[in-house]
Amino acid sequence: MSEQIPYIALMGNPNSGKTAIFNLLTGMNLKVSNYPGITVEMKRGIALISADKTIEIMDLPGTYSLTPQSLDETIVAQQTLRWMGGKNKPRAIISVVDAANLSRNLYLTSQLLDLEIPVIVALNMMDHIRRRKQDIDSKALQQLLGVTAVIPMSAREKWGIAKLRETIADVHQYTKAQSALQLQIPAEINIQLQPVAEYFTNQCGYSNDLALGQSLRVITQKSALDIYRDQNIVNGDKINKLHELRDQAANEIDKLGMDHHILEATLRYDLLDRVLAENKIIIREEVESVSQSEKADRILTHPWLGPILFITILYAIFQSIFTFASIPMYWIDASIGMVGDYFIRIMPSGILRELLVEGIISGVGAILIFLPQILILMFFLTLMEDSGYMARVSFMMDRIMNKIGLHGKSVMPLMSGYACAIPGIMATRTIDSWKERLVTILVLPLMSCSARLPIYTLMISAFIPKQQIMGIFSLQGITMVVMYFLGTGTAMLIAAIISRFLKEQGRSSFIMELPPYRIPLARSIIRQLYIRGKLFIINAGKIIMAISIVLWFLASFPKSGADGQPATIHQSYAGRIGHAIEPIIEPLGFDWKIGVGLITSFAAREVVVSTLALLYNVEGGGDDIIGITEALKNDINPLTGLSRYTPLVALSIMVFYVYAAQCMATFAIVRNETNSWKWPIYMIIYMTVLAYFGSLVVYQGGILLGYS
Amino acid sequence: MPLKPLNSLNPGDTAIIMEFEGNSRLHSRLVEMGVLAGVKVRLIKKTPFQGPLEVKIRSYHLSLRWYDASQILVS
Repeated sequence: MSEQIPYIALMGNPNSGKTAIFNLLTGMNLKVSNYPGITVEMKRGIALISADKTIEIMDLPGTYSLTPQSLDETIVAQQTLRWMGGKNKPRAIISVVDAANLSRNLYLTSQLLDLEIPVIVALNMMDHIRRRKQDIDSKALQQLLGVTAVIPMSAREKWGIAKLRETIADVHQYTKAQSALQLQIPAEINIQLQPVAEYFTNQCGYSNDLALGQSLRVITQKSALDIYRDQNIVNGDKINKLHELRDQAANEIDKLGMDHHILEATLRYDLLDRVLAENKIIIREEVESVSQSEKADRILTHPWLGPILFITILYAIFQSIFTFASIPMYWIDASIGMVGDYFIRIMPSGILRELLVEGIISGVGAILIFLPQILILMFFLTLMEDSGYMARVSFMMDRIMNKIGLHGKSVMPLMSGYACAIPGIMATRTIDSWKERLVTILVLPLMSCSARLPIYTLMISAFIPKQQIMGIFSLQGITMVVMYFLGTGTAMLIAAIISRFLKEQGRSSFIMELPPYRIPLARSIIRQLYIRGKLFIINAGKIIMAISIVLWFLASFPKSGADGQPATIHQSYAGRIGHAIEPIIEPLGFDWKIGVGLITSFAAREVVVSTLALLYNVEGGGDDIIGITEALKNDINPLTGLSRYTPLVALSIMVFYVYAAQCMATFAIVRNETNSWKWPIYMIIYMTVLAYFGSLVVYQGGILLGYS
Repeated sequence: MPLKPLNSLNPGDTAIIMEFEGNSRLHSRLVEMGVLAGVKVRLIKKTPFQGPLEVKIRSYHLSLRWYDASQILVS
């Protein structure tokens, strides 16, 4: 972001409804395409604040404090540190506060007040408070905090948002927060803070208040000081000097009988709890009252009913992906056929028509067909996340995850891996243990992502019989579920193995809020589906179209063989490449066409399906689009006179793709997130070995058992 | 009233947090979330095999590990 563009920062606790407010303010006007899921990096959007005025909104990850513990919190801490240095400050901060959790949310707000930036408090979830026939005196709260405005609202019921927009519209008039909240620092502690505070004033040019606040923070937590070096704000000898002063002060404070680790939080909460009570702002916080969520959890997180329910839900989702999607898939398939036929009719035959119909339409069309399945999967994942159920799954699974070297907080990233590994890997930033985060990242690509769906679906619908088992389960659906569970189970196993080789860095902990259950908002689900669908189509448009065009040339040329006869596809460049690697993959039951697919799909897994579609269409070369499912079923090996693809081959292909390391984007993001090429390379090696031998065992084992 | 670890409470029991023992990194996060001395807490749920516990504190639900809970003394 350049220095000149004015913007507003949106900050708040996790589960405060921050993202819902961001969505309301910005509508669908996202600046960058974001992956669905929690905010783990900064999202930016353009908000329309009056008839003719817009302003950029920066959505920061949810955090309880400006003192960083996990990576996503570090992102927030680094950003605020830049602001303290006067760099590219926002015009104002919207501090989103969950009114039902006032004191804990205001803790963060009180830290924001020190930043010398105007603060607008969005007092969200007031619908909960009013339903309980309570209220919060927003005027009193505003005066107490010294903020620009306190706006009672409900992002859920969509009220108060207009007032928030109006307040933002006048943002240029606001001055920095003039907080009436003054921390009561005992004199003997204040003396200890002074050397550090002075250093900040001299080296960073902080005002006295800010310097005092920062000295309190870095004394409380060393990590708050580390980001000064990471951000190159203070470095070299100076940072060592600062560390020295900080350690000295921390020691002295401990000698006074105070624990320096809890200094800032203790002082702030003492103040907050006292002033909120004095001003009668606090709503009654009764730990005895039993909420609806707690009642629901008697079943949903029951020691053994809970896990059974979770597995059942997963099973139902994977099975339904297969059953629900069949009708819309049929429509899309028919439409693509019609488009192909249309161009065949209106265009003269020739290279251009071949490229368009056999290359682009058959290649891209073969992928578009899977959009309904991806949307169905996303729908269920969003439902689980938005309802608050995913947090419960983390809670139930923490014990077992911890046993195999993962973390309760690994559950959410792993589950988003069912959609796509990339947002999953980014979501691991909430895990504050380095080791557990790394293990989660390394096994995450084993979770069957939506790019595997086209392959599974194609193989299953072509080769697995439409049978019912015990009247209610379909054999095709079960095969789908088995593939998902195979990937997930292997991920757990690999995690257990890898974590034995990684050194532990102290004991990790699992401190997580369990937010109340909420009925997910239709508009938020639709938004997620829209974003995901758009990404999928853009991806199909870019990568797959490019590969399809290149592949079409490779498969169509040379047009004539060495003997002057028209060349068959086997003699084309693609055919030669495929035949060259055939000996390596023959033991897996794969032929040269799959071989070509393995190469093209290294960029992205789903490309294998469009590759096969394209190869059959070029081979057919006729005046018709060939359906890929039929083509696979009808492919006869001329040497044996038998079908080339059998259910066994289909299984072998599916198992290969459960494990195969085939997604360039994933490796790039792993490289980014781990800061080294070492981990993505390990990942490619172990996944390729798993894929080859997994597939080999299936195919050769199947033959030994008498299947063909 | 004698001090006892948080994980020794039974589901439904209410107590007041008195002090922390041991691991300080954990404590900084807990206090930032408002879990500090003098605050009331109710144990809601324990999970099998000494898995995480669920407690209610201030007005929200929090889960924390068995070991971490053993470091929080209540009365």
